[in-house]
Amino acid sequence: MHEKVLLRRQTTPALDLGSYLASGGFAGLKKAREIGAAETVRIVTESGLVGRGGAGFPTGRKWESVRTATDPERYFVLNADESEPGTFKDRVMIDVDPFLVLEGVLIGSFAISATRAFIYVRGEYRKEADLLQRCAKELEAAGYLEGLGPEGRALAIEIRHGGGAYICGEETALFRSIEGYRGEPMSKPPFPTVAGLFRKPTAINNVETVANVPDIVTRGASWLRSLGTERSPGIKLYSVSGNVERPGVYELPFGTPLRELLDLAGARDLQAILLGGAAGTFVFPQDFDMPLSYEAAQERHATLGSGALIAFDHETNLWRVAERLGSFFAHESCGQCVPCRVGTRRQHEMLEALAEGHGRGSERDLLVRLSQVMTDASICGLGQTASTAVRSLLDAEAKGLLAV
Amino acid sequence: MADAFQILIDGHEAIAHAGETILDVLRRQQVETPTLCTHEHLTPAKACRACVVELKGSRALVASCERKAEPGMEVRTDSERVENARRGVFELLLSQNDVSTAPALAAQAESLGADPGRYRGQRYEKGFFDDNQLYVRDYDKCILCYRCVEACGPDVQNTFALTVAGRGFDAGIAAGFGGSLPDSACVFCGNCVAVCPTGALMDRREHSLRAEGRWQEDRYDVVQTTCSYCGVGCQLELHVDRESNEIVKVTSPMDHSITHGFLCVKGRYGYSFVEAGAE
Repeated sequence: MHEKVLLRRQTTPALDLGSYLASGGFAGLKKAREIGAAETVRIVTESGLVGRGGAGFPTGRKWESVRTATDPERYFVLNADESEPGTFKDRVMIDVDPFLVLEGVLIGSFAISATRAFIYVRGEYRKEADLLQRCAKELEAAGYLEGLGPEGRALAIEIRHGGGAYICGEETALFRSIEGYRGEPMSKPPFPTVAGLFRKPTAINNVETVANVPDIVTRGASWLRSLGTERSPGIKLYSVSGNVERPGVYELPFGTPLRELLDLAGARDLQAILLGGAAGTFVFPQDFDMPLSYEAAQERHATLGSGALIAFDHETNLWRVAERLGSFFAHESCGQCVPCRVGTRRQHEMLEALAEGHGRGSERDLLVRLSQVMTDASICGLGQTASTAVRSLLDAEAKGLLAV
Repeated sequence: MADAFQILIDGHEAIAHAGETILDVLRRQQVETPTLCTHEHLTPAKACRACVVELKGSRALVASCERKAEPGMEVRTDSERVENARRGVFELLLSQNDVSTAPALAAQAESLGADPGRYRGQRYEKGFFDDNQLYVRDYDKCILCYRCVEACGPDVQNTFALTVAGRGFDAGIAAGFGGSLPDSACVFCGNCVAVCPTGALMDRREHSLRAEGRWQEDRYDVVQTTCSYCGVGCQLELHVDRESNEIVKVTSPMDHSITHGFLCVKGRYGYSFVEAGAE
């Protein structure tokens, strides 16, 4: 049985600084201060930690790029705008261990010598935003922010409420939102590490990503690498929902077979799962033995995404599910670029027709054609992946895998 | 030139200069590239995606209007992906917009072989706004290219009367906080009208003449003059009906060193005195 790391305080959450310290908290920050920023980043890089928000970019490389930037003004941003359908691990992470998350933010800010740290919390997560605000104040009062900024200055932490849109979780749109503009994505390059928030070098990380950092710094890079697989070191949180007996957040080392997670959650006789959230892919029982790792997912043209897993039994009409996903993307498109703004609407209209069973017969071909346009020509990840699940459903249907 | 370097376009070497976009190079090489939202004097909105190209090393296609050329770039404009994406952009627009006053859009769509009936579904119905003396807004024709927003904002006018409101398919241009133009910060310079590529924004005179079936481009001569209102020296193009001798529209050349095509309310709309004097 895997010894829990991220969720180790799940049964007895540490909601005040005293209990966090009593259960071993802030060993990571203490060590980071001792070894310095460069060494801290080196350890994170060596650990092989990659972003857990879905994109999987190496955290250490991100930090090193900002750390060595020439601009003295630089920011650390915590992306807590968790809005992927079926994803709720970051909320649980904050609920059960807010100080672990904040310790990760403090180490990250120290590592890149941030002039300011922003915590962007999904607008609907009022409770979590309040909790983080209270904890951050407690840390400030106890002097934990002293000396973390450039030239030994204190770090300033600002909590921001999300703009109430999925797109605001896209990093460049998130920056715009913090800056006070409409949450619209910008083109990359320039990447955030070069020109991010307020066009300054910025390290932006997901909640789960930073929650890994304190233990990596304390226990060393080899510790993370001792877990998981060679190409996917470490552990992952999964948000499991749908037709399972025990929905919830599960923590497992990478490489654990999907079937094991399904068993833990009490899944029985499923038709399929949607893995990786709305922008993920449908996975069918023939692939339930796949290990949960980035490389194994990639081999099957699937994605772990943020670690969302929604289970569907044989009664479910998966075209109805696809219609809901289509509705989600059409609603959440910011409207900036044509392929996404019009494409997500056209996609939803066709999916509605398929789900209702009154299609014109040309929808399937047209969905594939449209998918290519959206994937190739949209500005950001939203439009580029808005048809991923639909494509995987079309493939599965062609193979005769759908029950209804 | 010291800042010149080479890039590859469809396998052919081309010279690019530092600061140039890929589109700048494509245009100089006379590689036909469809564009809708980009404008020579406005920040690239990279919103329409008509000008996308394939760039080696980039997973998605990139907007050539925005992406700066870099040494060694390998660009493809003739691939199936590029053609499919560009055609798709126009087919999607044709499925939502009234393009009756957007000949450039329609022509580009046709040359790309876009099928107007490819996609069916809800049309873009944002309404017709006729709330002031100088120009009308027919947002069913709006393709959300952002040109008007940029012209009204920091690129030209710094008035910030226009913005994008709403999201997804329901996003649209709004004046003020969704109110009427006269109630907004609008100063009626008409620079938004000057850059609108689809006729969604149209001078009242032109709109009225069109509505009466009396708009006849082939009857209009362009007379160059200098605006007489102040000492800036803006160049005006008076579009004069050679039969009735009436001014039907005033514009300024986009390549003029003083105006860059932009005017103020007096220069653009204050022309009726000319005809008053003639009587």
